[in-house]
Amino acid sequence: MEQVIFYILAFVAIVSSLFMITRNSPVHSALWMLLTFFAVAGIFVQLDAEFVAAIQVLVYAGAILVLYLFVVMLLNPKSHGFIKVPFRYVIGVVASIIIVFQVLMTLKSSEVIGKLGWVTPQLAQELGNVKMFGKELFTTYLVPFEIASILLLIAMIGAIVLAKKD
Amino acid sequence: MTLQHYLALSAIIFGIGMTGVLVRRNLIVMFMSLELMLNAVNINLAAFSKYLHAMNGQVFIVFVMAVAAAEAAVGLALIITLFKNKETINADEVNFFKG
Repeated sequence: MEQVIFYILAFVAIVSSLFMITRNSPVHSALWMLLTFFAVAGIFVQLDAEFVAAIQVLVYAGAILVLYLFVVMLLNPKSHGFIKVPFRYVIGVVASIIIVFQVLMTLKSSEVIGKLGWVTPQLAQELGNVKMFGKELFTTYLVPFEIASILLLIAMIGAIVLAKKD
Repeated sequence: MTLQHYLALSAIIFGIGMTGVLVRRNLIVMFMSLELMLNAVNINLAAFSKYLHAMNGQVFIVFVMAVAAAEAAVGLALIITLFKNKETINADEVNFFKG
């Protein structure tokens, strides 16, 4: 059952991302990207990361995608924007295929080694994902968390300054 | 399900996103492909976090999402400014620095 769900989600994610990069209209691309985000959220649920799956739907599908759609509809660009030179097409596609192939070959002959962390299955059963997530975020990663908030503030100021300039 | 399944899926999605950045010239779609690549990295982090019984992977996903949100906000503001000045969002037609 778990495998069937994984393969369905993986199929949806790959096909929708392929559609995303091949559609002419940016609006269609954005909508296919929405489907990809939902499939990836499903994969997060399968990986016992329920909180991250919820954030994925809220932040990516809810906020970032709406931002993209706003900009697409605001600008209404005419060019569909594929590259004109066929030679560069071939180079781009072949380079990506080579890199993916390389990663897959490495995966085939590799094994994960490393010290296991503190999240034992019993503890996960007892505390739940969100509680463990909060514990890690607000103890070990407290300083990066604060820095992330400053980053978002600076991005907000920067976006306002750039968009307001005449 | 083994870890390799998830890593292979994330490699394929990353490759598709890379193809999008290389092949498309529409700046908005190129940005969307960047988001796709960040998503592939997130799958990697979640998979390692599960199979190594650790929580740091999931925390890092949230940081990646914060950076992606900041990048989308600033990048789209740049695209709007570019469109105001040049009337185009095609990456090949943006050649301010060409002599």
